[in-house]
Amino acid sequence: MLITSIGQGLLWAPLVIGVFLTFRILDIPDLTTEGSFPLGAAVTVSAMIHGQSAIVASLLGFLAGCLAGWVTGMLDTKLKMPSLLAGILTMTGLYSVNMHVMGKSNVPLLDQKVLTSYLPATWSVDLQTIVVGLGVTALVMAGLIWLFRTRLGLSLMATGNNAAMSAANGIYTDRMVILGYMVSNGCIALSGALIAQSNGFADIGMGIGTIVIGLAYVLVGEIFLRGRQIWLRLTAMVLGAVIYRYLLTVAMGLGFPVDDLKILSAGILVIVICLPLLRNKLQTKQQLKRYLKQIGVDEHATTSSLKRQAPTEGLLSRNGK
Amino acid sequence: MAVIGNNGAGKSTLLNTIAGTLPVDAGELRLADHDVTHKPVAYRSRWLSRVFQDPKMGTAGELSVAENLTLAEQHTGSMSLRGFRHKGQTAAYQELLQPLNMGLEDRLTTQVKYLSGGQRQALSLLMATLSHPELLLLDEHTAALDPQTSHQVMALTQKIVTENHLTTLMITHKMSDALTYGNRLVMVQDGQIKLDVRGEEKQRIRQEDLLGLFAD
Repeated sequence: MLITSIGQGLLWAPLVIGVFLTFRILDIPDLTTEGSFPLGAAVTVSAMIHGQSAIVASLLGFLAGCLAGWVTGMLDTKLKMPSLLAGILTMTGLYSVNMHVMGKSNVPLLDQKVLTSYLPATWSVDLQTIVVGLGVTALVMAGLIWLFRTRLGLSLMATGNNAAMSAANGIYTDRMVILGYMVSNGCIALSGALIAQSNGFADIGMGIGTIVIGLAYVLVGEIFLRGRQIWLRLTAMVLGAVIYRYLLTVAMGLGFPVDDLKILSAGILVIVICLPLLRNKLQTKQQLKRYLKQIGVDEHATTSSLKRQAPTEGLLSRNGK
Repeated sequence: MAVIGNNGAGKSTLLNTIAGTLPVDAGELRLADHDVTHKPVAYRSRWLSRVFQDPKMGTAGELSVAENLTLAEQHTGSMSLRGFRHKGQTAAYQELLQPLNMGLEDRLTTQVKYLSGGQRQALSLLMATLSHPELLLLDEHTAALDPQTSHQVMALTQKIVTENHLTTLMITHKMSDALTYGNRLVMVQDGQIKLDVRGEEKQRIRQEDLLGLFAD
């Protein structure tokens, strides 16, 4: 069960990394995810049915995602729309695009070679999935770690953190935001391409709830691994995906119907968001208690001194009158 | 050059127009012989730097001191694919931060959000001058600081500006600062320039004269 979760988690990892890029680096909740994830699946599966190899098809899926990100980026920066609305518009529009790409709402792969078919057939499916997932995730991570070592990467981080300051230091923030959207949605679409190949089909409804799942992955990952270095943060994302998949598998093992998984995901997200809040509150309470205990002796001293002062104050005020 | 004026007089409008955050209705804006009337903020930053009133505005809190300095070092090449860390950087930055006397040279890897307001503003000031701009804009940059830190930052400003021979436009509410620093004083009221004195003439002006003008 754990092995399956690791494989599935690794296939979802590019999506988490994509969500992380917009949500954490650019500080934008990007709903395009819900459209770019099935877009990646649709483009890849269609390309494979039309005779493209799995590698080319997956790359096409990635590029299609970048294009979707570009559209949201343009709506957000050039047309000055709120980023939530920009994401919703692209996501809605992509539904039609996906239908056109696929031709019908569910397209199965027939006997096309998927990425795992390049591996020795003697390996188990789980092992094949893990190797492919690991390979793609490592590629994405290496690319991003390199990016965030360059001046461009620094400009991206600065834009998400303080746009006014970035512009004042010569960074064209609009371009950075668009670029961020593109890379992010490219990764998300790539994840869709991998999942479609693993499932053996692309479905119009496979994007539903991906933003919630993606955010849950991000937050779960950050609970387990914290740090400032980019490689650590990206590893946390992969870990989050694996752990989350494992939680879902456990839930399904307990007899949860598949249809209930979405509400479970939403529930887990609520818990994961509330957890740090509760922890902070608890810590503050404990600190206050400790502090009060420390000054407990002084407390009596202040009250007694107050009592002593009280008559003087009374006198003074009477004098004042 | 110091700019003073009552609230709503148009000081900030003037500054924002020059910086590019406010669009120009009419007229032309030239910076170092370049027409920048309709150019974005990032383009103007080749010749222009700005220190904001809010210490949080001038620096990126999530990034470290060193990363902030890297951003400010060059106002071009922000899309470059070359690594932003290079040899000798740490030593160079430490040397830059040493004269501030704020202990920042030992905190290069600290995230800026953990610094105090005074430290952040001193860092902003240093960053703004790092690219040797043709024009430095100071937007009431000591207004959010306590009196002592404010004085410290003002002295630092004076030092950096004179050492680097920077053309500076400073907006301030403190008349004493406006009189002490700079060699030109402009007073703005209701969107118009009410007083414009330079050099020796400025030396002769006193606080009472300004207060009288404010009352009109």
